[in-house]
Amino acid sequence: MYQYDDYDRRIITERAQQFRGQVSRRLSGEITEEEFKPIRLQNGLYMQLHAYMLRVAIPYGLLSSTQVRKLAHIARTYDRGYAHLTTRQNIQYNWPKLTDVPSILDELASVEMHAVQTSGNCVRNITADHFAGIARDELEDPRPYCEILRQWSTFHPEFANLPRKFKIAITGAPGEDRAAVRFHDIGLRIVENAAGERGFEVLVGGGLGRTPVIAEVVREFLPKRHFLSFIESILRVYNLHGRRDNKFKARIKILVTALGIAEFRRRVEEDWEASRTPELELTDAEVARVSAFFAPPPYESLPATDRVEGIVLGRDRELGNWVRNNVFSHKVPGYSAVVVSVKKQGIPPGDVSDTQMDAIASLADRYSFGHVVVTHTQNLVLPDVKTAELSKLHAELRALDLGEANANKLTDLITCPGLDYCDLANARSIPLSLEIAERFDRIDYLNDVGDVSIKISGCINACGHHHVGNIGILGIDKRGEEFYQLMLGGSPGNDASIGKILGRALAQDEIVDAVEKVLGRYLEIRESTDERFLDTVRRVGFDPFKVAVYGTADPLEAAGDAA
Amino acid sequence: MKIIRDRTIVDDDFVHVTDGSEQAAATKPIVPLAEYVKSRETLLARHAAVGVRVPSDKLPSDIPDLQRLALIAIEFPKFTDGRGYSVARMLRQRHAYRGELRAVGWVLRDQLLYLERCGFNAFEMKPGKPLDSGLEAFSEFSVRYQADVDDPRPLYRRR
Ligand code: HEM
Ligand code: SF4
Repeated sequence: MYQYDDYDRRIITERAQQFRGQVSRRLSGEITEEEFKPIRLQNGLYMQLHAYMLRVAIPYGLLSSTQVRKLAHIARTYDRGYAHLTTRQNIQYNWPKLTDVPSILDELASVEMHAVQTSGNCVRNITADHFAGIARDELEDPRPYCEILRQWSTFHPEFANLPRKFKIAITGAPGEDRAAVRFHDIGLRIVENAAGERGFEVLVGGGLGRTPVIAEVVREFLPKRHFLSFIESILRVYNLHGRRDNKFKARIKILVTALGIAEFRRRVEEDWEASRTPELELTDAEVARVSAFFAPPPYESLPATDRVEGIVLGRDRELGNWVRNNVFSHKVPGYSAVVVSVKKQGIPPGDVSDTQMDAIASLADRYSFGHVVVTHTQNLVLPDVKTAELSKLHAELRALDLGEANANKLTDLITCPGLDYCDLANARSIPLSLEIAERFDRIDYLNDVGDVSIKISGCINACGHHHVGNIGILGIDKRGEEFYQLMLGGSPGNDASIGKILGRALAQDEIVDAVEKVLGRYLEIRESTDERFLDTVRRVGFDPFKVAVYGTADPLEAAGDAA
Repeated sequence: MKIIRDRTIVDDDFVHVTDGSEQAAATKPIVPLAEYVKSRETLLARHAAVGVRVPSDKLPSDIPDLQRLALIAIEFPKFTDGRGYSVARMLRQRHAYRGELRAVGWVLRDQLLYLERCGFNAFEMKPGKPLDSGLEAFSEFSVRYQADVDDPRPLYRRR
């Protein structure tokens, strides 16, 4: 993985010093609270309902075991013994004391980590496919470009006061999008043109929140050497023309929608022609320098075994289920990618304890070249495990309570903090997710239902990505009571779609039953066990599910209410 | 009034003027963009140096004859309004504007370095904010990743 040199170290050290000064000028009154807010946010400090929250950047989700140990140490020393994996491959501490924050930042800097630009109206952490560098279906490893973008975006002087936050994601796998690039402000896909040259397809204006939008293509093929100058032009058009009068209309998706993609593209291309300089072109030397950090680890040459199939069908059912659900194919023969699920009954989705983090660091050292990856579904990946060692690894994970065989299954939920932590919430989301996990926590049922995602947000800000859940749940307020809207049909991937509301909002004591009814109907009507839940919904439409939940497909009875 | 110009605290030799009689009296007036657009020939002929004050929603293309201006002041109605950073960079890089580029309005110490990197060389700080504290801001970072107005080479061409 990328290693800081003296330049990178100086930048992060000087930033920590700068922030110390800013905190003391805030305390002396030279900076007002209002003026301090963007400073605090761009250093990762967010104000929550009960306390400050510190969001630490994990560039493209990649961590070394040393970094994981440091994150565990911080959780133990400065927080309540746990941290929270976020949907953008970052990690959050929910209870740090303001006075401890400079020390936490020093601790992070000692392992080449920081919290800069994890909040605020700036370019945020760059995210990527969590199987980057190992996926069989990958054209090229996107991480060198993520790192180049990370450096470019870090303290970019022109784009630190954008109308709103700005998120970029990259994937190098044409076949499957695991980075949700179509729901980012800019999504980049590494593609090959007719001449066999590699470049980027550039998508723009995707996002969730109040107004979910699927990104559109602004440039079909961008030669790689131009990618920084082109992204600058997109940001400049946004910086100059994005709305600043209304925070809810300030994201780039609103500008792209208002102008139309053709006019937006024209403005970007016009700016690009006028602004790109030869110096801004990426050099082969820089690409080679950064790529060298992502060279494959020293894999052994192993026979391509079919042991995975053997284990799945073997006598140890628990191991078999885990291999079937949580182990993914690897581009190197004899190796596998392992998803370590932290979604365990009774634990809020995404929470990991200090002891679990320490244990995972040790497993990474012993099984996976010391690397761990955070997924945007709030789990962890051990990327390079020998297939022959899977059963040994599983036994260790099980002993740590990390052996859940539920990756991409019903209980692998995504949830926002909701009413328990968030002052914008209409409804609780964590307790609901725990209830769902409890109701469906039977492995045979999970396997039978197959791949399905449930995503829950406590209000329309959509931190839990409910729009792109195959099943989305949105908390709404109905005359002061917590209600939930049920949505079906969302998907964050190559087949991107935004879920639609099934019918009237459901009360707290109805919503889990409704999910069960929807799944029950799916099991009855799917064409075969290969037809995923999402495919069935797309094939048959909503009526059978409306009947299942509301007893009728009558549009009046099942009508969605405006929330 | 004191301002920061080229990283030094100096007395301002320009004056902001709004109405016609004040304008005529000033040697170096800074006039609103609309005023300048209306009577720029008179202004440029009458004064040794003319400055123009540009609202935050205007672009370089909205400023006629900008090469004849001694000073362009970009307004920051709110410290979070980042449009001026792009406008400054365009003025310096695309229009090769060499005169004084001044940030006015809600200008804070913690913005000075980024403003300077985008091409501003003069700053009217928000009233009440100490200027000497502002001077320290310019040297808080010794390395920068990006190309900027001072140096068009990103770090990867200097590494
Ligand atoms: C109490 C804490 C939180 C508050 C007050 C909060 C507030 C918000 C708001 C207001 C938005 C809408 C922004 C917009 O549309 O421009 C938003 C979006 C978002 N939040 Fe949160 N949030 C919180 C916690 C979290 C957490 C813990 C996560 C991750 C697990 C998260 C992930 C996201 C994501 C991914 C979006 C972006 C949706 C998009 O692409 O538009 N948030 N949040
Ligand atoms: S979706 Fe709403 S309730 Fe949930 S964390 Fe975001 S703002 Fe809070």
